[in-house]
Amino acid sequence: MKKLLKYVIADIIQNKIVLIYTALLLIISFSVFNLENNASKGIASLLNLVLLIVPLICIIFSTIYIYNSSEFIELLVSQPLKRKTIWLSLFLGLATSLSIAFLAGVGIPVLIYHADPTGVILIISGLFLTIAFVSIAMFAAGLTRDKAKGIGIAIALWLFFAVIFDAIVLFLLFQFQEYPLEDAMVVMSFLNPIDLSRIQILLQMDISALMGYTGAVFREFFGSTLGIALSFTGLLIWIVTPLFLSLKTFRKKDL
Amino acid sequence: MIELKNVSKKFGKLQVLNNINTRFGEGECIALLGPNGCGKTTMIKSILGMVLPDGGEILFDNAPVKKDWQYRKEIGYMPQIGRYPENMTISHIISMMKDIRKENGEKPDEELVNKFGLNEMMNKKMRTLSGGTTQKVSAALAFMFRPRVLILDEPTAGLDPVSSLKLKEKIIKEKEKGKLILITSHILSELDDLVSKVVYMNEGRFLFEKPLEDLREETGEQKLEHAIAKIMNQQSAQYIKLQKHIA
Repeated sequence: MKKLLKYVIADIIQNKIVLIYTALLLIISFSVFNLENNASKGIASLLNLVLLIVPLICIIFSTIYIYNSSEFIELLVSQPLKRKTIWLSLFLGLATSLSIAFLAGVGIPVLIYHADPTGVILIISGLFLTIAFVSIAMFAAGLTRDKAKGIGIAIALWLFFAVIFDAIVLFLLFQFQEYPLEDAMVVMSFLNPIDLSRIQILLQMDISALMGYTGAVFREFFGSTLGIALSFTGLLIWIVTPLFLSLKTFRKKDL
Repeated sequence: MIELKNVSKKFGKLQVLNNINTRFGEGECIALLGPNGCGKTTMIKSILGMVLPDGGEILFDNAPVKKDWQYRKEIGYMPQIGRYPENMTISHIISMMKDIRKENGEKPDEELVNKFGLNEMMNKKMRTLSGGTTQKVSAALAFMFRPRVLILDEPTAGLDPVSSLKLKEKIIKEKEKGKLILITSHILSELDDLVSKVVYMNEGRFLFEKPLEDLREETGEQKLEHAIAKIMNQQSAQYIKLQKHIA
């Protein structure tokens, strides 16, 4: 595993997109903190970067990388290696390099300007999201042999988690406004890794007061130590499940 | 050494391998012949575990290959079209393979690397190589780790006559060491002095499987090319007769 991982990471780093991604994150983070006098406002602006742009780039880059590695995978499968080792090395390679990019691009500026629990939660959530979307990308890439279709599926999945899911939640809230939905909302939020991270960060930022009664329920659930532990477990499940499913497909794939 | 028991594979509706039973032993050099799309490459890929058969069993040294991967240490595979990561150089590929396959202490066999002159272009990226040079890299890698089994899918397609001859000499040398060699090729004339057994496939089945000597005796032809042609003609004549009979 270690041997392969070395080559995968070397290959990803040669691919300049990860370097450009890091630079882009760095530029955005520093300019956000320098534009605002108040570092808390900077964190709020970074929130959207972490919740939307990071998952988008992670899922698209990883999907394309998997498709472009088809030759590499073919070469490795004919060698004395387990398919599981090959697939997990690809996953770990992508997850490691994109996490390093995120830590360098967002982690460093946040620690410089806003090194408090909110900043730390932002970084940890961003890391979990990075890895979860690499895992979702591996799942998307396993669904079809066609590269264009695969990238389409990846973008659709991102769109679902970033936009459509919230629309559905809002729709449900309006349709059933007569009913007490607060607990149901807590459960719903576990179905979307982006929502889980968003709630964690918002609660740390103390603007949950603006969210009314639902906010109070959220605060009560997610604010507790158990809640924090549960929501990170939720994110962990979002990393493991798609990876496990994609591994199952890859083991049965004809190359 | 390698045994196939009732191996079948379907791609969609197409039956690519149809109930194949055979056994390849040590020291044999087998020519796998047949028209395009008859299932040769699929059979090879099944042996390597790249394609997973729908039914039947493949045994390597009497152990099923399904869910095993260690057995691939014993196999050197040269694909029909070698596809390599584009950004890696020849030396990267070779050192990576050494890293993956290195057996303790044994020195890799770099005879083909030297003979093909790959040493002088170690720093070229795979993307920039011509088809023939890529084939040379594939060949060099297949022989490098002294495997007991060599599976060569169209080894000389795309190679120039000089390199082709060098590869052939190497194959003969390995054959004499008692290795099992499986070759597919459409250039029958070059198989004459290599092969000990001929397998002819069509539409996923073995039409016949015979030692080269028997084939020569039966057809009275010395050249493999002519012998195969004769058998094919006989069979199609029989087939036409049969059709008429049915009609």
